[in-house]
Amino acid sequence: MRWLRRHLLVIVAILVLVYMLIPNAVVAVFSFNNPVGRYNYTWQEFSVDAWTNPCGAQGICDSLGLSLRIGLVASLTATALGTMIAFALGRYRFRGRSGTNLLIFMPMATPEVVMGSSLLTLFLMIGLPSGQLAVTIAHIMFCISFVVVAVKARVATLDPRLEEAAADLGSTPVQTFLRVTFPLAFPGILAGALLAFSLSFDDYIITNFNASPSSITFPMYVWGAAQRGAPVQVNVIGTMMFLIALVVVVAGQLLTARRDRARS
Amino acid sequence: MAEVALGTGGAPARPRRRHVGWVPYALLAPGLLWLLVFFAAPMFTLGSQSLQEGNVFDGYVFTGNVSVYADALQKYWPHLLRSVGYAGAATVFALLLAYPLAYVIAQKAGRFQNLMLVLVVAPFFTSFLIRTLAWRTILSDTGPVTELAQRLHITDLLQAANLINNDTLLSSKFAVIAGLTYNFLPFMILPLYASLDRLDHRLVEAAEDLYASPFQAFRHVTWPMSLPGVVAGTLLTFIPAAGDYINSRLLGNTQTIMIGQVIDTQFLRVLDYPLAAALSFVLLLLILALVTTYVRRAGTEELV
Repeated sequence: MRWLRRHLLVIVAILVLVYMLIPNAVVAVFSFNNPVGRYNYTWQEFSVDAWTNPCGAQGICDSLGLSLRIGLVASLTATALGTMIAFALGRYRFRGRSGTNLLIFMPMATPEVVMGSSLLTLFLMIGLPSGQLAVTIAHIMFCISFVVVAVKARVATLDPRLEEAAADLGSTPVQTFLRVTFPLAFPGILAGALLAFSLSFDDYIITNFNASPSSITFPMYVWGAAQRGAPVQVNVIGTMMFLIALVVVVAGQLLTARRDRARS
Repeated sequence: MAEVALGTGGAPARPRRRHVGWVPYALLAPGLLWLLVFFAAPMFTLGSQSLQEGNVFDGYVFTGNVSVYADALQKYWPHLLRSVGYAGAATVFALLLAYPLAYVIAQKAGRFQNLMLVLVVAPFFTSFLIRTLAWRTILSDTGPVTELAQRLHITDLLQAANLINNDTLLSSKFAVIAGLTYNFLPFMILPLYASLDRLDHRLVEAAEDLYASPFQAFRHVTWPMSLPGVVAGTLLTFIPAAGDYINSRLLGNTQTIMIGQVIDTQFLRVLDYPLAAALSFVLLLLILALVTTYVRRAGTEELV
Protein backbone atom coordinates (compact mmCIF):
# COMPACT_ATOMS: atom_id res chain seq x y z
CA MET A 1 0.00 0.00 0.00
CA ARG A 2 2.77 2.45 0.83
CA TRP A 3 4.57 1.42 -2.32
CA LEU A 4 1.42 2.15 -4.28
CA ARG A 5 1.04 5.57 -2.69
CA ARG A 6 4.63 6.54 -3.34
CA HIS A 7 4.47 5.52 -6.96
CA LEU A 8 0.89 6.54 -7.65
CA LEU A 9 1.90 9.48 -9.83
CA VAL A 10 4.23 7.41 -11.99
CA ILE A 11 1.59 4.69 -12.37
CA VAL A 12 -1.01 7.24 -13.47
CA ALA A 13 1.50 8.72 -15.93
CA ILE A 14 2.20 5.31 -17.44
CA LEU A 15 -1.52 4.55 -17.72
CA VAL A 16 -2.05 7.83 -19.58
CA LEU A 17 0.78 6.91 -21.97
CA VAL A 18 -0.87 3.53 -22.54
CA TYR A 19 -4.20 5.26 -23.28
CA MET A 20 -2.36 7.41 -25.84
CA LEU A 21 -0.65 4.49 -27.53
CA ILE A 22 -3.38 1.84 -27.59
CA PRO A 23 -4.89 3.05 -30.90
CA ASN A 24 -1.47 2.83 -32.60
CA ALA A 25 -1.13 -0.73 -31.37
CA VAL A 26 -4.64 -1.60 -32.54
CA VAL A 27 -3.89 -0.18 -36.00
CA ALA A 28 -0.75 -2.31 -36.20
CA VAL A 29 -2.44 -5.50 -34.97
CA PHE A 30 -5.40 -5.14 -37.32
CA SER A 31 -3.05 -4.68 -40.28
CA PHE A 32 -2.59 -8.46 -39.96
CA ASN A 33 -6.30 -9.16 -39.84
CA ASN A 34 -8.21 -11.03 -42.51
CA PRO A 35 -11.65 -9.46 -42.13
CA VAL A 36 -14.88 -11.09 -43.19
CA GLY A 37 -16.98 -8.62 -45.14
CA ARG A 38 -16.12 -4.96 -45.57
CA TYR A 39 -15.49 -3.84 -42.00
CA ASN A 40 -12.12 -4.39 -40.37
CA TYR A 41 -13.44 -3.93 -36.82
CA THR A 42 -13.39 -7.42 -35.35
CA TRP A 43 -10.47 -9.81 -35.28
CA GLN A 44 -10.84 -12.83 -37.57
CA GLU A 45 -7.56 -14.51 -38.41
CA PHE A 46 -3.89 -13.74 -38.93
CA SER A 47 -2.91 -12.83 -42.46
CA VAL A 48 -0.07 -11.00 -44.21
CA ASP A 49 -2.05 -10.48 -47.41
CA ALA A 50 -2.35 -6.73 -46.97
CA TRP A 51 1.37 -6.39 -46.16
CA THR A 52 2.44 -8.26 -49.29
CA ASN A 53 0.07 -6.17 -51.39
CA PRO A 54 -0.12 -2.69 -49.84
CA CYS A 55 -1.42 -1.09 -53.05
CA GLY A 56 -4.11 -3.75 -53.36
CA ALA A 57 -6.98 -1.40 -52.59
CA GLN A 58 -7.99 0.69 -55.56
CA GLY A 59 -6.69 4.27 -55.51
CA ILE A 60 -4.86 3.96 -52.20
CA CYS A 61 -1.33 4.34 -53.57
CA ASP A 62 -2.29 7.20 -55.90
CA SER A 63 -3.63 9.11 -52.91
CA LEU A 64 -0.54 8.20 -50.90
CA GLY A 65 1.74 9.49 -53.68
CA LEU A 66 -0.21 12.75 -53.87
CA SER A 67 0.00 13.23 -50.09
CA LEU A 68 3.75 12.60 -50.13
CA ARG A 69 4.25 15.09 -52.98
CA ILE A 70 2.13 17.80 -51.34
CA GLY A 71 3.80 17.08 -47.99
CA LEU A 72 7.26 17.48 -49.48
CA VAL A 73 6.55 20.78 -51.26
CA ALA A 74 4.55 22.20 -48.35
CA SER A 75 7.06 21.23 -45.65
CA LEU A 76 10.09 22.50 -47.58
CA THR A 77 8.43 25.84 -48.36
CA ALA A 78 7.02 26.25 -44.84
CA THR A 79 10.42 25.36 -43.35
CA ALA A 80 12.18 28.05 -45.41
CA LEU A 81 9.61 30.71 -44.55
CA GLY A 82 9.26 29.66 -40.91
CA THR A 83 13.00 29.42 -40.27
CA MET A 84 13.53 32.99 -41.46
CA ILE A 85 10.78 34.22 -39.13
CA ALA A 86 12.24 32.23 -36.23
CA PHE A 87 15.67 33.82 -36.77
CA ALA A 88 14.12 37.28 -36.90
CA LEU A 89 12.22 36.63 -33.64
CA GLY A 90 15.11 34.93 -31.89
CA ARG A 91 17.97 37.20 -32.93
CA TYR A 92 16.68 40.70 -33.58
CA ARG A 93 14.74 43.46 -31.95
CA PHE A 94 12.24 45.11 -34.24
CA ARG A 95 8.99 47.02 -34.27
CA GLY A 96 5.77 45.08 -34.58
CA ARG A 97 6.99 42.15 -32.53
CA SER A 98 3.74 41.46 -30.69
CA GLY A 99 1.78 41.72 -33.93
CA THR A 100 4.14 39.17 -35.46
CA ASN A 101 3.78 36.83 -32.48
CA LEU A 102 0.02 37.06 -32.75
CA LEU A 103 0.01 36.38 -36.50
CA ILE A 104 2.18 33.31 -35.90
CA PHE A 105 0.02 32.06 -33.04
CA MET A 106 -3.39 32.53 -34.59
CA PRO A 107 -3.17 29.76 -37.23
CA MET A 108 -2.30 27.28 -34.47
CA ALA A 109 -5.28 28.45 -32.42
CA THR A 110 -7.89 28.64 -35.17
CA PRO A 111 -10.11 25.62 -35.76
CA GLU A 112 -9.28 23.92 -39.03
CA VAL A 113 -12.85 24.20 -40.21
CA VAL A 114 -12.60 28.00 -39.99
CA MET A 115 -9.27 28.11 -41.85
CA GLY A 116 -10.47 25.70 -44.51
CA SER A 117 -13.76 27.47 -45.16
CA SER A 118 -12.30 30.98 -45.07
CA LEU A 119 -9.57 29.99 -47.51
CA LEU A 120 -12.23 28.54 -49.78
CA THR A 121 -14.04 31.92 -49.79
CA LEU A 122 -10.75 33.64 -50.72
CA PHE A 123 -10.08 31.20 -53.54
CA LEU A 124 -13.66 31.61 -54.79
CA MET A 125 -13.22 35.36 -54.80
CA ILE A 126 -9.91 35.41 -56.68
CA GLY A 127 -10.97 32.55 -58.95
CA LEU A 128 -8.33 29.99 -57.98
CA PRO A 129 -9.82 26.56 -58.66
CA SER A 130 -9.90 23.89 -55.96
CA GLY A 131 -7.24 21.23 -56.37
CA GLN A 132 -3.60 20.41 -55.75
CA LEU A 133 -2.32 24.00 -55.88
CA ALA A 134 -5.00 25.29 -53.50
CA VAL A 135 -4.31 22.43 -51.09
CA THR A 136 -0.54 23.04 -51.19
CA ILE A 137 -0.99 26.77 -50.50
CA ALA A 138 -3.24 25.92 -47.54
CA HIS A 139 -0.77 23.40 -46.12
CA ILE A 140 2.14 25.84 -46.31
CA MET A 141 -0.03 28.38 -44.47
CA PHE A 142 -0.83 26.20 -41.46
CA CYS A 143 2.65 24.63 -41.27
CA ILE A 144 4.62 27.91 -41.02
CA SER A 145 3.69 28.59 -37.38
CA PHE A 146 4.73 25.14 -36.19
CA VAL A 147 8.11 25.49 -37.94
CA VAL A 148 8.60 28.88 -36.27
CA VAL A 149 7.94 27.35 -32.84
CA ALA A 150 10.35 24.43 -33.41
CA VAL A 151 13.17 26.54 -34.85
CA LYS A 152 12.76 29.40 -32.40
CA ALA A 153 13.15 26.99 -29.48
CA ARG A 154 16.51 25.88 -30.93
CA VAL A 155 17.70 29.39 -31.83
CA ALA A 156 17.00 30.50 -28.27
CA THR A 157 19.54 27.96 -26.95
CA LEU A 158 22.34 29.06 -29.29
CA ASP A 159 25.15 31.11 -27.83
CA PRO A 160 25.37 34.39 -29.79
CA ARG A 161 29.03 34.65 -28.78
CA LEU A 162 29.85 31.87 -31.25
CA GLU A 163 28.67 34.07 -34.09
CA GLU A 164 30.52 37.03 -32.63
CA ALA A 165 33.68 34.93 -32.43
CA ALA A 166 33.31 33.99 -36.10
CA ALA A 167 32.88 37.66 -36.98
CA ASP A 168 35.96 38.55 -34.91
CA LEU A 169 37.94 35.97 -36.85
CA GLY A 170 37.10 37.83 -40.03
CA SER A 171 34.24 35.80 -41.44
CA THR A 172 31.62 37.64 -43.45
CA PRO A 173 27.96 37.52 -42.29
CA VAL A 174 27.18 34.99 -45.04
CA GLN A 175 30.09 32.74 -44.03
CA THR A 176 29.12 33.02 -40.37
CA PHE A 177 25.58 31.99 -41.19
CA LEU A 178 26.58 29.05 -43.37
CA ARG A 179 29.38 27.68 -41.18
CA VAL A 180 28.23 28.53 -37.65
CA THR A 181 24.60 29.54 -37.28
CA PHE A 182 22.96 27.18 -39.74
CA PRO A 183 24.74 23.97 -38.57
CA LEU A 184 23.95 24.82 -34.95
CA ALA A 185 20.29 25.52 -35.67
CA PHE A 186 19.93 22.54 -37.99
CA PRO A 187 18.38 20.09 -35.48
CA GLY A 188 15.60 22.59 -34.83
CA ILE A 189 15.09 23.20 -38.54
CA LEU A 190 14.94 19.46 -39.20
CA ALA A 191 12.44 18.98 -36.36
CA GLY A 192 10.32 21.79 -37.79
CA ALA A 193 10.44 20.28 -41.27
CA LEU A 194 9.43 16.82 -40.02
CA LEU A 195 6.60 18.31 -37.96
CA ALA A 196 5.41 20.28 -40.99
CA PHE A 197 5.53 17.19 -43.16
CA SER A 198 3.53 15.10 -40.72
CA LEU A 199 0.93 17.88 -40.27
CA SER A 200 0.54 18.23 -44.02
CA PHE A 201 0.43 14.49 -44.56
CA ASP A 202 -2.20 14.08 -41.86
CA ASP A 203 -4.54 16.96 -42.65
CA TYR A 204 -8.10 16.14 -43.56
CA ILE A 205 -10.39 19.09 -42.74
CA ILE A 206 -8.59 21.97 -44.48
CA THR A 207 -7.71 19.72 -47.41
CA ASN A 208 -11.32 18.64 -47.78
CA PHE A 209 -12.40 22.26 -48.25
CA ASN A 210 -9.88 22.99 -50.98
CA ALA A 211 -9.41 19.72 -52.84
CA SER A 212 -11.10 18.63 -56.05
CA PRO A 213 -12.21 15.12 -57.07
CA SER A 214 -8.93 14.78 -58.97
CA SER A 215 -6.81 15.60 -55.91
CA ILE A 216 -7.74 12.94 -53.35
CA THR A 217 -5.08 12.93 -50.62
CA PHE A 218 -4.45 9.94 -48.38
CA PRO A 219 -6.56 11.22 -45.43
CA MET A 220 -9.39 11.96 -47.88
CA TYR A 221 -9.08 8.44 -49.21
CA VAL A 222 -9.25 7.04 -45.67
CA TRP A 223 -12.31 9.19 -44.87
CA GLY A 224 -14.07 8.03 -48.02
CA ALA A 225 -13.11 4.42 -47.39
CA ALA A 226 -14.29 4.61 -43.76
CA GLN A 227 -17.84 5.29 -44.95
CA ARG A 228 -17.99 1.98 -46.81
CA GLY A 229 -15.47 -0.04 -44.76
CA ALA A 230 -11.76 0.80 -44.84
CA PRO A 231 -9.52 -1.85 -46.46
CA VAL A 232 -6.78 -3.50 -44.38
CA GLN A 233 -4.21 -1.69 -46.54
CA VAL A 234 -5.09 1.52 -44.68
CA ASN A 235 -3.78 -0.09 -41.48
CA VAL A 236 -0.68 -1.32 -43.30
CA ILE A 237 0.20 2.16 -44.54
CA GLY A 238 -0.61 3.66 -41.14
CA THR A 239 1.76 1.18 -39.48
CA MET A 240 4.49 1.76 -42.08
CA MET A 241 4.35 5.53 -41.49
CA PHE A 242 4.53 4.92 -37.75
CA LEU A 243 7.62 2.73 -38.09
CA ILE A 244 9.38 5.11 -40.48
CA ALA A 245 8.72 8.09 -38.20
CA LEU A 246 9.86 6.11 -35.16
CA VAL A 247 13.14 5.16 -36.87
CA VAL A 248 13.77 8.79 -37.91
CA VAL A 249 13.11 10.15 -34.42
CA VAL A 250 15.07 7.46 -32.56
CA ALA A 251 18.02 7.86 -34.97
CA GLY A 252 17.90 11.62 -34.38
CA GLN A 253 17.89 11.11 -30.61
CA LEU A 254 20.79 8.67 -30.76
CA LEU A 255 22.82 10.99 -32.98
CA THR A 256 22.26 13.93 -30.64
CA ALA A 257 23.15 11.81 -27.62
CA ARG A 258 26.36 10.62 -29.28
CA ARG A 259 27.37 14.13 -30.30
CA ASP A 260 26.73 15.39 -26.78
CA ARG A 261 28.87 12.57 -25.37
CA ALA A 262 31.65 13.29 -27.85
CA ARG A 263 31.60 16.95 -26.86
CA SER A 264 31.80 16.40 -23.12
CA MET B 1 21.69 42.80 -26.22
CA ALA B 2 21.19 45.67 -23.80
CA GLU B 3 23.72 44.17 -21.41
CA VAL B 4 26.32 43.99 -24.17
CA ALA B 5 25.75 47.63 -25.04
CA LEU B 6 25.94 48.81 -21.44
CA GLY B 7 28.45 46.49 -19.88
CA THR B 8 31.43 46.33 -22.20
CA GLY B 9 31.70 50.06 -22.86
CA GLY B 10 33.27 50.64 -26.28
CA ALA B 11 33.94 47.01 -27.15
CA PRO B 12 35.09 47.06 -30.77
CA ALA B 13 33.38 43.96 -32.09
CA ARG B 14 29.78 44.64 -31.39
CA PRO B 15 27.56 42.27 -33.37
CA ARG B 16 27.23 43.59 -36.88
CA ARG B 17 23.53 42.81 -37.09
CA ARG B 18 22.66 45.54 -34.60
CA HIS B 19 23.30 48.14 -37.25
CA VAL B 20 21.42 46.46 -40.10
CA GLY B 21 17.89 47.60 -39.40
CA TRP B 22 16.27 46.06 -42.46
CA VAL B 23 17.48 42.48 -41.93
CA PRO B 24 14.72 41.31 -39.54
CA TYR B 25 12.07 42.77 -41.80
CA ALA B 26 13.54 41.01 -44.83
CA LEU B 27 13.53 37.74 -42.88
CA LEU B 28 9.96 38.23 -41.75
CA ALA B 29 8.50 39.50 -45.00
CA PRO B 30 7.94 36.33 -47.08
CA GLY B 31 6.45 34.22 -44.29
CA LEU B 32 4.31 36.98 -42.81
CA LEU B 33 3.11 37.94 -46.28
CA TRP B 34 2.03 34.34 -46.83
CA LEU B 35 0.12 34.36 -43.55
CA LEU B 36 -1.45 37.74 -44.28
CA VAL B 37 -2.67 36.66 -47.72
CA PHE B 38 -3.72 33.10 -46.95
CA PHE B 39 -4.67 33.32 -43.27
CA ALA B 40 -5.68 36.89 -42.36
CA ALA B 41 -7.24 38.02 -45.64
CA PRO B 42 -9.52 34.94 -45.82
CA MET B 43 -11.07 36.01 -42.51
CA PHE B 44 -12.30 39.13 -44.31
CA THR B 45 -13.51 37.26 -47.39
CA LEU B 46 -15.28 34.87 -45.00
CA GLY B 47 -17.04 37.79 -43.32
CA SER B 48 -17.87 39.26 -46.72
CA GLN B 49 -19.19 35.93 -48.01
CA SER B 50 -21.56 35.66 -45.07
CA LEU B 51 -23.15 38.99 -46.01
CA GLN B 52 -23.73 38.11 -49.66
CA GLU B 53 -26.88 36.81 -51.31
CA GLY B 54 -27.28 34.66 -54.39
CA ASN B 55 -26.43 31.12 -55.34
CA VAL B 56 -23.50 29.12 -56.64
CA PHE B 57 -24.69 29.11 -60.24
CA ASP B 58 -25.68 32.76 -60.73
CA GLY B 59 -23.01 34.18 -58.45
CA TYR B 60 -23.20 36.22 -55.28
CA VAL B 61 -23.76 39.92 -54.64
CA PHE B 62 -22.80 41.72 -51.46
CA THR B 63 -26.00 42.96 -49.84
CA GLY B 64 -24.97 43.32 -46.20
CA ASN B 65 -27.72 40.88 -45.27
CA VAL B 66 -27.08 40.54 -41.54
CA SER B 67 -30.20 38.47 -40.97
CA VAL B 68 -28.25 35.39 -42.07
CA TYR B 69 -26.60 35.45 -38.64
CA ALA B 70 -29.96 35.39 -36.89
CA ASP B 71 -31.04 32.50 -39.12
CA ALA B 72 -27.81 30.61 -38.56
CA LEU B 73 -27.91 31.01 -34.79
CA GLN B 74 -31.59 30.19 -34.53
CA LYS B 75 -31.17 27.03 -36.56
CA TYR B 76 -27.84 25.81 -35.25
CA TRP B 77 -27.41 27.12 -31.72
CA PRO B 78 -27.76 23.58 -30.30
CA HIS B 79 -24.81 22.46 -32.43
CA LEU B 80 -22.76 25.46 -31.38
CA LEU B 81 -23.56 24.94 -27.71
CA ARG B 82 -22.88 21.21 -28.02
CA SER B 83 -19.48 21.86 -29.60
CA VAL B 84 -18.49 24.21 -26.79
CA GLY B 85 -19.76 21.68 -24.23
CA TYR B 86 -17.95 18.68 -25.72
CA ALA B 87 -14.75 20.66 -26.26
CA GLY B 88 -14.95 21.98 -22.70
CA ALA B 89 -15.43 18.50 -21.25
CA ALA B 90 -12.58 17.12 -23.38
CA THR B 91 -10.33 19.99 -22.23
CA VAL B 92 -11.05 19.27 -18.55
CA PHE B 93 -10.39 15.54 -18.99
CA ALA B 94 -7.24 16.24 -21.02
CA LEU B 95 -5.96 18.52 -18.26
CA LEU B 96 -6.65 15.87 -15.59
CA LEU B 97 -4.83 13.22 -17.61
CA ALA B 98 -2.02 15.42 -18.92
CA TYR B 99 -0.99 17.04 -15.66
CA PRO B 100 0.35 13.93 -13.88
CA LEU B 101 2.08 12.73 -17.04
CA ALA B 102 3.67 16.12 -17.79
CA TYR B 103 4.75 16.40 -14.15
CA VAL B 104 6.37 12.98 -14.15
CA ILE B 105 8.18 13.67 -17.44
CA ALA B 106 9.43 17.05 -16.23
CA GLN B 107 10.35 16.21 -12.65
CA LYS B 108 10.71 12.48 -12.15
CA ALA B 109 11.59 10.78 -15.43
CA GLY B 110 15.37 11.21 -15.17
CA ARG B 111 17.06 9.34 -17.98
CA PHE B 112 13.69 8.21 -19.35
CA GLN B 113 12.70 11.80 -20.09
CA ASN B 114 13.54 11.73 -23.81
CA LEU B 115 11.95 8.32 -24.26
CA MET B 116 8.73 9.49 -22.62
CA LEU B 117 8.65 12.63 -24.75
CA VAL B 118 9.03 10.50 -27.89
CA LEU B 119 6.14 8.31 -26.67
CA VAL B 120 3.98 11.40 -26.15
CA VAL B 121 4.39 12.47 -29.77
CA ALA B 122 4.46 8.90 -31.13
CA PRO B 123 0.66 8.75 -31.66
CA PHE B 124 1.10 11.49 -34.28
CA PHE B 125 3.19 9.09 -36.35
CA THR B 126 0.02 7.30 -37.38
CA SER B 127 -2.60 9.31 -39.21
CA PHE B 128 -5.21 11.07 -37.05
CA LEU B 129 -8.09 9.56 -39.03
CA ILE B 130 -6.74 6.02 -38.83
CA ARG B 131 -6.29 6.32 -35.07
CA THR B 132 -9.82 7.64 -34.63
CA LEU B 133 -11.07 4.69 -36.68
CA ALA B 134 -9.11 2.44 -34.33
CA TRP B 135 -11.33 3.70 -31.49
CA ARG B 136 -14.25 2.19 -33.36
CA THR B 137 -12.48 -1.14 -33.10
CA ILE B 138 -11.60 -0.62 -29.43
CA LEU B 139 -15.11 0.43 -28.39
CA SER B 140 -16.94 -1.95 -30.73
CA ASP B 141 -20.13 -3.49 -29.36
CA THR B 142 -18.66 -6.99 -29.14
CA GLY B 143 -15.16 -5.97 -28.04
CA PRO B 144 -13.54 -6.60 -24.66
CA VAL B 145 -13.75 -2.96 -23.52
CA THR B 146 -17.53 -2.85 -23.91
CA GLU B 147 -17.86 -6.24 -22.26
CA LEU B 148 -15.76 -5.15 -19.28
CA ALA B 149 -17.69 -1.89 -18.94
CA GLN B 150 -20.95 -3.85 -18.97
CA ARG B 151 -19.72 -6.32 -16.38
CA LEU B 152 -18.51 -3.54 -14.05
CA HIS B 153 -21.82 -1.69 -14.60
CA ILE B 154 -19.95 1.30 -16.00
CA THR B 155 -22.39 1.28 -18.90
CA ASP B 156 -25.30 1.64 -16.45
CA LEU B 157 -23.55 4.59 -14.90
CA LEU B 158 -22.90 6.22 -18.27
CA GLN B 159 -26.48 5.58 -19.29
CA ALA B 160 -27.74 7.21 -16.11
CA ALA B 161 -25.54 10.21 -16.93
CA ASN B 162 -27.12 10.28 -20.40
CA LEU B 163 -23.71 9.82 -22.04
CA ILE B 164 -24.71 6.65 -23.91
CA ASN B 165 -28.09 5.66 -25.29
CA ASN B 166 -28.06 1.90 -24.79
CA ASP B 167 -25.83 -0.75 -23.34
CA THR B 168 -22.94 -0.11 -25.75
CA LEU B 169 -20.18 2.51 -25.80
CA LEU B 170 -19.80 3.36 -29.49
CA SER B 171 -21.87 5.99 -31.32
CA SER B 172 -22.49 8.06 -28.22
CA LYS B 173 -21.66 11.31 -26.48
CA PHE B 174 -19.23 9.35 -24.33
CA ALA B 175 -17.31 8.05 -27.35
CA VAL B 176 -17.11 11.51 -28.93
CA ILE B 177 -15.78 13.16 -25.77
CA ALA B 178 -13.33 10.30 -25.17
CA GLY B 179 -12.14 10.61 -28.77
CA LEU B 180 -11.70 14.39 -28.50
CA THR B 181 -9.80 13.99 -25.22
CA TYR B 182 -7.55 11.38 -26.78
CA ASN B 183 -6.89 13.28 -29.99
CA PHE B 184 -5.91 16.59 -28.40
CA LEU B 185 -4.11 15.23 -25.33
CA PRO B 186 -0.57 15.84 -26.71
CA PHE B 187 -1.45 19.54 -27.22
CA MET B 188 -2.15 19.73 -23.50
CA ILE B 189 0.87 17.69 -22.41
CA LEU B 190 3.57 19.57 -24.33
CA PRO B 191 2.91 23.12 -23.01
CA LEU B 192 2.38 21.72 -19.50
CA TYR B 193 5.66 19.88 -19.75
CA ALA B 194 7.41 23.04 -20.96
CA SER B 195 6.30 25.05 -17.92
CA LEU B 196 6.75 22.23 -15.38
CA ASP B 197 10.25 21.58 -16.74
CA ARG B 198 11.22 25.13 -15.74
CA LEU B 199 9.88 24.62 -12.22
CA ASP B 200 12.70 24.65 -9.70
CA HIS B 201 12.11 21.68 -7.43
CA ARG B 202 13.87 23.45 -4.56
CA LEU B 203 10.86 25.78 -4.28
CA VAL B 204 8.63 22.80 -3.51
CA GLU B 205 11.19 21.53 -1.02
CA ALA B 206 11.32 24.95 0.62
CA ALA B 207 7.53 24.93 0.97
CA GLU B 208 7.70 21.49 2.56
CA ASP B 209 10.46 22.63 4.91
CA LEU B 210 8.10 25.37 5.97
CA TYR B 211 5.54 22.71 6.94
CA ALA B 212 3.36 22.86 3.86
CA SER B 213 1.49 19.63 3.27
CA PRO B 214 2.04 18.06 -0.17
CA PHE B 215 -1.36 19.40 -1.18
CA GLN B 216 -0.58 22.91 0.05
CA ALA B 217 2.80 22.84 -1.67
CA PHE B 218 1.06 21.88 -4.88
CA ARG B 219 -1.64 24.52 -4.53
CA HIS B 220 0.64 27.39 -3.62
CA VAL B 221 3.84 26.56 -5.52
CA THR B 222 3.58 24.01 -8.32
CA TRP B 223 0.15 24.94 -9.67
CA PRO B 224 0.72 28.73 -9.91
CA MET B 225 4.12 28.16 -11.53
CA SER B 226 2.58 25.88 -14.15
CA LEU B 227 -0.26 28.27 -14.94
CA PRO B 228 1.21 29.54 -18.26
CA GLY B 229 1.34 25.93 -19.45
CA VAL B 230 -2.18 25.25 -18.20
CA VAL B 231 -3.56 28.26 -20.07
CA ALA B 232 -1.63 27.54 -23.29
CA GLY B 233 -2.56 23.85 -23.19
CA THR B 234 -6.20 24.66 -22.52
CA LEU B 235 -6.33 27.00 -25.53
CA LEU B 236 -4.54 24.53 -27.80
CA THR B 237 -6.94 21.75 -26.76
CA PHE B 238 -10.24 23.60 -26.54
CA ILE B 239 -10.02 25.54 -29.78
CA PRO B 240 -9.26 22.71 -32.23
CA ALA B 241 -11.66 20.43 -30.34
CA ALA B 242 -14.50 22.96 -30.69
CA GLY B 243 -14.09 23.01 -34.47
CA ASP B 244 -13.42 19.30 -34.92
CA TYR B 245 -15.99 17.04 -36.50
CA ILE B 246 -13.97 13.93 -37.27
CA ASN B 247 -14.61 12.48 -33.81
CA SER B 248 -18.30 13.33 -33.76
CA ARG B 249 -18.70 11.91 -37.25
CA LEU B 250 -16.77 8.67 -36.70
CA LEU B 251 -17.60 7.97 -33.05
CA GLY B 252 -20.95 9.70 -32.57
CA ASN B 253 -24.52 9.51 -33.81
CA THR B 254 -27.02 11.96 -35.31
CA GLN B 255 -27.53 13.52 -31.88
CA THR B 256 -23.86 14.41 -31.49
CA ILE B 257 -23.34 16.50 -34.64
CA MET B 258 -20.93 19.34 -33.92
CA ILE B 259 -20.76 22.78 -35.51
CA GLY B 260 -17.80 21.89 -37.74
CA GLN B 261 -19.83 19.21 -39.43
CA VAL B 262 -22.68 21.66 -40.07
CA ILE B 263 -20.22 24.12 -41.66
CA ASP B 264 -18.71 21.36 -43.79
CA THR B 265 -22.10 20.12 -44.96
CA GLN B 266 -23.49 23.60 -45.68
CA PHE B 267 -20.36 24.60 -47.61
CA LEU B 268 -19.62 21.46 -49.56
CA ARG B 269 -22.93 19.59 -49.88
CA VAL B 270 -25.81 22.07 -49.49
CA LEU B 271 -23.72 24.86 -51.10
CA ASP B 272 -25.32 27.52 -48.89
CA TYR B 273 -22.17 29.64 -48.71
CA PRO B 274 -23.54 32.65 -46.77
CA LEU B 275 -25.00 30.46 -44.02
CA ALA B 276 -21.87 28.33 -43.76
CA ALA B 277 -19.65 31.43 -43.76
CA ALA B 278 -21.79 33.02 -41.05
CA LEU B 279 -21.47 29.94 -38.82
CA SER B 280 -17.75 29.77 -39.46
CA PHE B 281 -17.42 33.47 -38.63
CA VAL B 282 -19.30 33.02 -35.35
CA LEU B 283 -16.90 30.24 -34.42
CA LEU B 284 -13.98 32.51 -35.33
CA LEU B 285 -15.32 35.35 -33.15
CA LEU B 286 -15.68 32.96 -30.23
CA ILE B 287 -12.06 31.87 -30.61
CA LEU B 288 -10.85 35.47 -31.02
CA ALA B 289 -12.60 36.41 -27.79
CA LEU B 290 -10.81 33.57 -25.99
CA VAL B 291 -7.39 34.43 -27.41
CA THR B 292 -7.82 38.14 -26.67
CA THR B 293 -8.64 37.39 -23.04
CA TYR B 294 -5.54 35.25 -22.85
CA VAL B 295 -3.26 37.84 -24.49
CA ARG B 296 -4.58 40.58 -22.17
CA ARG B 297 -3.50 38.49 -19.21
CA ALA B 298 -0.25 36.99 -20.45
CA GLY B 299 1.06 39.09 -23.35
CA THR B 300 2.18 37.69 -26.70
CA GLU B 301 5.77 36.65 -25.96
CA GLU B 302 4.79 33.34 -24.38
CA LEU B 303 2.56 32.39 -27.28
CA VAL B 304 5.13 31.08 -29.75
